[in-house]
Amino acid sequence: MTLFQFFSRHYREILQGTAEHIWLVGIAMLLAVGIGVPLGIIVAKRPWLSKPILGGANIAETIPSLALFGFLLPVPWLGARSDRLAIAALALYALLPIIRNTAAGITGVQHAVRDAARGMGMTELQILTQVELPLSFSTILAGIRIATVLTIGIATIAAAVGAGGLGEFIFRGLAMVNNQLILAGAIPAALLALGSDAVLSLLERRLRPVRS
Amino acid sequence: MFDTAPPRLLAFERRDIALSVALRMPNHSSGNSSTPSNVFAADASATAIELRNVSYSLPNGRSLLHDLNLTVKSGETLVLLGRSGAGKSTALKLINRMLELTGGEIRVQGKSTIDWDPIALRRHIGYVIQEIGLFPHYTVEQNISLVPRLEKWPEDRIRARVTELMKLVGLDPAKFLHRHPHELSGGQRQRVGIARALAADPPILLLDEPFGALDPLTRGELQREFQGLEQLIRKTIVLVTHHVGEALLLGTRIGVIEAGTLVGLYTPKEFLAATEPVAAGYVANLRMYQNAEGDL
Repeated sequence: MTLFQFFSRHYREILQGTAEHIWLVGIAMLLAVGIGVPLGIIVAKRPWLSKPILGGANIAETIPSLALFGFLLPVPWLGARSDRLAIAALALYALLPIIRNTAAGITGVQHAVRDAARGMGMTELQILTQVELPLSFSTILAGIRIATVLTIGIATIAAAVGAGGLGEFIFRGLAMVNNQLILAGAIPAALLALGSDAVLSLLERRLRPVRS
Repeated sequence: MFDTAPPRLLAFERRDIALSVALRMPNHSSGNSSTPSNVFAADASATAIELRNVSYSLPNGRSLLHDLNLTVKSGETLVLLGRSGAGKSTALKLINRMLELTGGEIRVQGKSTIDWDPIALRRHIGYVIQEIGLFPHYTVEQNISLVPRLEKWPEDRIRARVTELMKLVGLDPAKFLHRHPHELSGGQRQRVGIARALAADPPILLLDEPFGALDPLTRGELQREFQGLEQLIRKTIVLVTHHVGEALLLGTRIGVIEAGTLVGLYTPKEFLAATEPVAAGYVANLRMYQNAEGDL
């Protein structure tokens, strides 16, 4: 049986796996952006908090993914459902690039622009929302893009804790020594990563502020 | 180095005659700073900004300004002249509370800056810096209308004000309204910067090397236009520069700052005859260029 035949015969399962995968990654990314962007702002604005925040995110990043799933298993509410567990772990992984890029974007705003904004009598909140965030949008988006691609790859491991997604095919293929089965997970995952990278890059370029 | 172009020398000489009006004496001792002694011409001599024994030190203890006393009268243009790092910009930033005083007091329109809400204080004072700091993601129109928008002016009043200001600073609204800062020349950007500072019609303007980043010809053009503007709108202006020609051209009084303290306060005419070493040094520097022209 050729790969093409395999795909056409099992397209339903593959589509379902892809949908699960997108769901896991999507929710994890929403969480990571929701937590990471505010943390990035804090890192940029409150230098004394930057070490603990970046340090924490760095440590999360260094834990091997399979081990992280294991560590989260005994956590009361999280460990109760495998998809919850997987989403929490994936969100943790996605945090670091988002925090770092948000902070870099904000601290990268020219001093003169910030000084002028302050001198004109803008409040700190107005400077953040009307000047710093719009000017760091493309940098923040680059962080989100990197995190998304990373998360799509790591999400295949979520199948190890029974969270579903494209990793199911890979793990089954490994167990049955079936390359086609492995590819049935790997190819859609790779396409997903490439696709989201392309879309987010495009958005990033569109939103890049014109800098003098 | 040869940016002190002859046209400007002529210009200030003209003005320096016009300015031989009675002005406050150059003495800066702290004794006379508490009560303005000049009772004549009540309106013109009203105090807009008063610095009393002002000091500013960095958190590491390094002192940038010490015991600075200075009174800026309503409607005058006071130039702070000094070397880079002498503390001129620091003094400006203390006036609009971009920096917080570490000693002394500054009164803006009779009220101590610590009693002002910093946001209200800054919206009351136009501020222009050398790097301009236009928002790169805003159009010219959005940049100029920044403060009126923060002050929630009605939309039609904002539009009228932007058009008026653009004409005032010599930018054709039809052409430049929707451009972004990166599509403008240095001189045009600085014009937008000045229009932005004037937008909400603040009674006080702080100008920190406003023409410093421009080439000599553009700088001269803007200085001359600015001179016209200033007569048009009678505002209290504190201008910081290290450019002696600019000080003589635009200032009604010149305060010389050296190493964080005021070493002299002069009318332009007095300045040219000053014996105090720093001021005399500036004049000698100016003469050097004039003589260079004569030697040719």
